[in-house]
Amino acid sequence: MYEKTVAELSVGLRNKEYSSVELTETYLARIKKYDGEINSFITLTEEGALKSAMEADKRLATGQAGPLTGIPIAQKDIFCTQGVKTSCGSKMLDKFVAPYDATVVSKLKNAGMVMLGKLNMDEFAMGSSNETSFYGPVKNPWDLNAVPGGSSGGSAAAVSARLAPAATGTDTGGSIRQPASFCGITGLKPTYGLVSRWGMIAFASSLDQAGPMARTAEDCAMLLQEMVGFDPKDSTSLEREIPNFSDGLDQSLVGLTIGLPKEFFGEGLANDIASRIHDAIDVYRKLGATVKDISLPNMQLSGPAYYVVAPAECSSNLARLDGVRYGHRCENPIDLNDLYMRSRGEGFGPEVQRRILIGTYALSAGYYDAYYLKAQKIRRLISDDFKRAFAEVDVIMGPTSPSTAFRFGEKSADPIAMYLSDIYTIAVNLAGLPGMSIPVGFSAGMPVGMQVIGNYFSEQKLLNVAHSYQKITDWHMSAPILS
Amino acid sequence: MSLTLDDVNKISVLARLAIDPNKAESYAKDLSGILDFIEQMGSVDTSTVNPMAHPLDQVQRLRTDIVSETNQRDLFQSIAPAVEAGLYLVPKVID
Repeated sequence: MYEKTVAELSVGLRNKEYSSVELTETYLARIKKYDGEINSFITLTEEGALKSAMEADKRLATGQAGPLTGIPIAQKDIFCTQGVKTSCGSKMLDKFVAPYDATVVSKLKNAGMVMLGKLNMDEFAMGSSNETSFYGPVKNPWDLNAVPGGSSGGSAAAVSARLAPAATGTDTGGSIRQPASFCGITGLKPTYGLVSRWGMIAFASSLDQAGPMARTAEDCAMLLQEMVGFDPKDSTSLEREIPNFSDGLDQSLVGLTIGLPKEFFGEGLANDIASRIHDAIDVYRKLGATVKDISLPNMQLSGPAYYVVAPAECSSNLARLDGVRYGHRCENPIDLNDLYMRSRGEGFGPEVQRRILIGTYALSAGYYDAYYLKAQKIRRLISDDFKRAFAEVDVIMGPTSPSTAFRFGEKSADPIAMYLSDIYTIAVNLAGLPGMSIPVGFSAGMPVGMQVIGNYFSEQKLLNVAHSYQKITDWHMSAPILS
Repeated sequence: MSLTLDDVNKISVLARLAIDPNKAESYAKDLSGILDFIEQMGSVDTSTVNPMAHPLDQVQRLRTDIVSETNQRDLFQSIAPAVEAGLYLVPKVID
C-alpha cells in the first residue's frame, strides 16, 4: 500500500480496495517503525489523522469524495495548523500552537487529505541540509550518514522513505527542489504568487513559495491543483484562471526545445552528475525534443544577490518574534530591551542569527543602496536573462545541485560552502519562475536530480515534460532500503 | 569587507538580538566572509537597471474599505506568554 503513488491510491480508495483508515494506519505504523532513525517528523497527529480518515471514508462511501479524499499527507512544520504545534524547526516556536490553519493546510483539508503530522525542516527555512533544526537533523533514507537536503528535508525524507505518499514543502532558494534531488523524489516550486502564503511562516516574502513533493509528476499535478488559487488574505496572491494541471500530462514532446545553460555545466559540477543529466537529455531527444545551448550570463551573481535579499527580508519578517505575543520569552527580563534581546538570542539558532545580522546590516542607513537596492537590480538582470532564454527555448534543464547529498557536518563549518549547494536553484526564485526537480539516476548509490525550469505560469508544461520522462524511465520508482 | 566585533555588536543592537559573547568573534568572521561573497555584485554595472521588487512587477492590491475581519483577541491571546485584561504584558517601559 505504501508503495503506491497518490494517483494509484486515489483509484484504490475509490474501488474500495482499502479504506482511508487502513491506509492511514499503515503509514502511522511505518512512521513509528522507521522515523526514530530518520527523524523526518516533529509532530505526529495520530488522533486527528484517524478522525480525518474516518470522515474521508464516509465521503468515499457516499460518493462525495474528490480525487485526494482519504489520502494521507504530511505538512512541513512551517505551515500554521490550527490546534497543532507549529515550530518552524525552531526553539523560538517550540511551544507555539497555531490558532488558525494556513490557506495551504485548509485547502488540502477541504480536499479531504488526511494530515499525518508536521515535518522537520531547517530552522525558519534557512538551510540546505536540515542540519539547523532545533529538533535535530533529518537523515537521508538512502544513506543515514548523509543529509536529506533542506530546508524541506523532513518532507523529502518522509516521501522517499514511504512514510507519507506526499508532503508539502516551501522553496525560497531551492528548498523543495534540492532536497527532492538529494532524496530521489519529485518536487515543484510554482510561479511566485500562485500558492497563498497566508499562514506560511515568512522567511523572504518576495521569494517564498509553497509546493508539492511526491514521487511522481502526476502526483504533483494532483496536489498542485488543490494548493493554488487566489487568496485575498495574501497580498501577493495572483488572480488568475487556474488550468487543469493533470490535463496535457501525456502531450507529445515532439517540437519541444530544451535550453541547456552553459553556466549550469561549468566548474564545480561533478562529472558523474553531468553524465546523468546528459543521459536524461538523451531520453528527451528520443521523445522528439531538440536541445539548444544557451547562456544566462548573470547567473554567477544569483548567489550574492540572494544572500542580500533573503537575509534582508528575513530580518524584517523575524522581527515579529520578540517574546511579546507568542513564542519564546526569556526569564526575568530586566526591561523591554532585555526582553527582546534575550528572547531572540535564546530562541534563534546560529544560522538564523547570522542571516538576521547580515540582513539588518544590509538594510541599515547608508548601506541600503549598496546592498539591497543593488541586489534588486541584479534580480532584474537575472530575470531578463531568463526572458531572453525563453524567447528561444520552451524549458531549461540542468542539474538541481552540483553534488549528491553530502555528509553531515561536511558543509556546516563554512556558511558559503553551504550556500553554494543552491547555486542552480536560487536564480529561479529571484526571477519568480516555476521549477521542478525530478530523479534521473544515481551516483555512488545516491540520487541525482535534474532541474526543469519553465516560463511564468508554465506548470502544465513542466509537469508534462516531467511526466513524459517518468513514463519511460523508472528512477522515480526506486525506494531506499530501510533498516 | 571586514567586520569588527564592534560592528557586530552595533548590528546586534539594531536587530535586538543578543549574541553569545563567546560566539561574537566567529560571527564577525562568518559575516565578513558573507559580505565578501556579496561584494561580487559590484562586478557588474547596474546604473541603468531598474530594481525588481516583484517578479511580475505587481503593485499592491487594493480592496474596498469595509470591515471584513472579526475580533479574535481572546483566541490570539491564548498563546501569549503574559496577558491581563486583554493587554500583552511586558516589563515597564516608562519610569
